[in-house]
Amino acid sequence: MLLISCPNCGSRDETEFHYGGQAHVPYPENPNELSDRQWAEFLFYRDNTKGAFAERWLHSTGCRQWFNMLRDTVTYEIQAVYPMGTPRPDAAGRVTPDTGTASTAADSTTTGNASPDISGTNASATAPSTSSFSTTAPEGATK
Amino acid sequence: MAETAAPATSYEKNLSLRISPAAQLRAAFETGSVRDVVELSEKAFLTMVGLRVNRDSDAGQRIAAVIGGLPAGCGSVSGSGDASVLWLGPEEFLVIAPTEAHESLGGGLIPSLREALGDGGGQVVDLSANRTTFELTGPRSRAVLEKGCALDLHPRALKAGTALSTEIGNIPVVLWKTGEETFRLFPRASFADFLGRWLLDAMREYASPEVP
Repeated sequence: MLLISCPNCGSRDETEFHYGGQAHVPYPENPNELSDRQWAEFLFYRDNTKGAFAERWLHSTGCRQWFNMLRDTVTYEIQAVYPMGTPRPDAAGRVTPDTGTASTAADSTTTGNASPDISGTNASATAPSTSSFSTTAPEGATK
Repeated sequence: MAETAAPATSYEKNLSLRISPAAQLRAAFETGSVRDVVELSEKAFLTMVGLRVNRDSDAGQRIAAVIGGLPAGCGSVSGSGDASVLWLGPEEFLVIAPTEAHESLGGGLIPSLREALGDGGGQVVDLSANRTTFELTGPRSRAVLEKGCALDLHPRALKAGTALSTEIGNIPVVLWKTGEETFRLFPRASFADFLGRWLLDAMREYASPEVP
């Protein structure tokens, strides 16, 4: 059982959460211009990372808010918890570019406004800076 | 058994026809409760209102003025008089008030909240039928809950007057510690039967003498 530190509620059991898949998959800026192949890649193709993986989680039994988490898929170590819409913190000191098909802008499901509280986890990363980051949806994105 | 005379008012008729989500367990709750050890009862038909509003917005401040403040963070409870406001999420709150506060019984709580929201962004929704209320009280109530709740319920971590949305017996429940040895549990109506039987089962060992 993972002990996940929700940014709003603190440490809770994994069973209170729902998994939301890979984080930082932006909605295409111009979906109509994508080929079927590119559209399929946006919809269905996800990384199968061995190691640190950025993923979305929903605290469905608690505050019902989404957040991002950097988790090691081998050791299950939770390296960082950070709000939706903020860039991936670089926990391991590597440069890890966002993956996706068309845009590297923020995903359009941004709701995060609270600063992350990772005190309950064995986090090795510091909180990400949100100062220079736009939380608006990319141009052409639909709500 | 049948009502021979028509109720004097539609108000009384409504009350007599209502069946609470755990009404079928009322006798079991009485026999299953262990006097002065752990007691379980259903507080049926409390008025509950779902609020979704940003605390810092104008509408949020108007609502806070009506209800006696909105809670600031996870676990906190605010409110004035009979009505309490539980924190469910950053912009989501649950108002709990006595039965008489309901609109259909002449209470003014929901209309006043709706008026305070006005055309501001948010929701005021009557959720009285969404959940029922169990009250678990007695020195052993914490031990009963600890059989199915992963939260730290020790008094040093969970103070009286704290409400948390969590899982008890694997179902989602809002847990409100109203006193040092008193908990209120708010399961959704469809889970009430399950949680009631689960609690009765968890309470059963305390009816027997303690084995040294």
